[in-house]
Amino acid sequence: MSLAWGKVTGESRNGAVEKGAIRIDDVVKVYDPDGAAVLAVDHCTLEIQPGEICMIVGPSGCGKTTLLNAIAGFHSLTSGAIYLDDEMLCGPGKPTANPGPDRVVVFQNGALFPWKTILDNVSFGPVMQGRLDRKAANEKARQMMSDAGLSGTEDNYPGELSSGVRRRVEIVRALMNDPKVLLLDEPYRALDSLTKSVMHEALLEIYYKNRVTIFFITHDLEEAIFLGHRVVIMTTRPCKPKKILDVDIPHPRDYSVLTAPRFRELMEETIEAVHEEARKAFEAGEREG
Amino acid sequence: MIRAARGPTLRRGIVSIAVFLVLWEIGSNSKAWLGFTIPLVGAIPAPSDVVVVWASLLHDGGYWQSCFLSVLRVLAGFFAAMIIGIPFGLALAINRTAYATWFPTFEVLRPIPPLAWVPASIIFWPTQELSITFVTFLGAFFTIVLNVIGGARSIDVRYFQAARSMGSSSFDIFRRIILPGVLPSIAVGAAVGMGITWNVVVAAEMISGGASQATGAGGGLGFFIWNSYVGGSYPQIVVGMISIGIAGYLSSELLRKLGQRITPWLRTH
Repeated sequence: MSLAWGKVTGESRNGAVEKGAIRIDDVVKVYDPDGAAVLAVDHCTLEIQPGEICMIVGPSGCGKTTLLNAIAGFHSLTSGAIYLDDEMLCGPGKPTANPGPDRVVVFQNGALFPWKTILDNVSFGPVMQGRLDRKAANEKARQMMSDAGLSGTEDNYPGELSSGVRRRVEIVRALMNDPKVLLLDEPYRALDSLTKSVMHEALLEIYYKNRVTIFFITHDLEEAIFLGHRVVIMTTRPCKPKKILDVDIPHPRDYSVLTAPRFRELMEETIEAVHEEARKAFEAGEREG
Repeated sequence: MIRAARGPTLRRGIVSIAVFLVLWEIGSNSKAWLGFTIPLVGAIPAPSDVVVVWASLLHDGGYWQSCFLSVLRVLAGFFAAMIIGIPFGLALAINRTAYATWFPTFEVLRPIPPLAWVPASIIFWPTQELSITFVTFLGAFFTIVLNVIGGARSIDVRYFQAARSMGSSSFDIFRRIILPGVLPSIAVGAAVGMGITWNVVVAAEMISGGASQATGAGGGLGFFIWNSYVGGSYPQIVVGMISIGIAGYLSSELLRKLGQRITPWLRTH
């Protein structure tokens, strides 16, 4: 099984993306609360190409979020290293990466600042980094929101909008930072399946306009195959790649893909591996409970 | 959220107060009207007597002086508690060393009822006025500090993570995440603290005997009530009590309005 970029990619992308390669190199993470060591990530190695949508699938609590937090710089590594392009984010001598606008996270339950209007939320990053003054940032924010079909919500507070709209705003807010990588941690988990399908197409539409590397965590296999260039199925705790699937369905994709025979074949190819891990996670949960 | 009462809400409010007054009037006059005295209520001056006494007091400088003094003490104690309590609470919330150093002392002092401070306060503050204000301050201080600490602690860690990954400095995080994040708790703490200052100021005024014991005027509403009791003017007691009720209600309502203004994102539409 090759961990490198598969044959799929060349034909499905326009090849313009040069930055945003992630290399996860033999990463180990042990949580040690009260001396009871818990191995969350076990010698995980994975390479993600610039501009790739890499879907990480695994049961809840398998340790995939640990990996995302290490890339984002929210948690430390026990050993191993993570590189973004040629820069070591964290590794020997530097257990925790510095959080930065080149890797922006979109959180599971959303993290729009409730006390800021949508416009202020979206223009937050460039203003903080001093790249744009407030006026220019607002202008860019309005433009990007209009591209994403979000015009008219600028003066609302996040609490006034539906969770689907909030999630789209949050992705736009992340893209305002011109990141190399978007880190998405089950962003659509709380949405109903109809809203979810709209969100998937909206995400792809945004992605086709702004090619960045996407590291997308989910436990929804259908979502993973629909969106991803590759789907990495993780073992349950400790987390490491169990099976990697090249999704050879060309981009741009729309919802007709879901009923395509190839899509069903890919589902069949992977569902057993996912189910096996889910069962293990469930049984482990039973034991702990 | 609370809005200005209109339509049915306003009508129900008026009906509620009117019914209360009528029952009270009947209760107070029960001996004359019903032939027997209703326990407890029968001993209270009737609202009609209270209104008459109140009307005469409206021309009395001493009554207004009492109201003014109590309001002044409440405001002084309350603002001192806000000015000292908010930064103190923030420091304890964001700095572990500060928390470890100060919180145990704070927690030992907190359960002491403000009124237990009255004698000590009279001893160590040079003037009567300062001792009453200090006790009033204590009433609001602990509530405000606890609310600020609790509010800052309950800010979702994702907001900090998001702000950091978008390039915020520590100062930016303090200013743009922590400060707005604790505003709702400050608003709640202020409203609750204001209620406590009214409880405390009146009791402190009763115990300390007022600023000018010779005339009975100038001692604040607490002393006004106590003095009326000693002088046997029962309707005046009720006037003092209702004055406090109205003042407390108005100040809480004002703070609620202010609180809504500084946290526009919590308004429901």
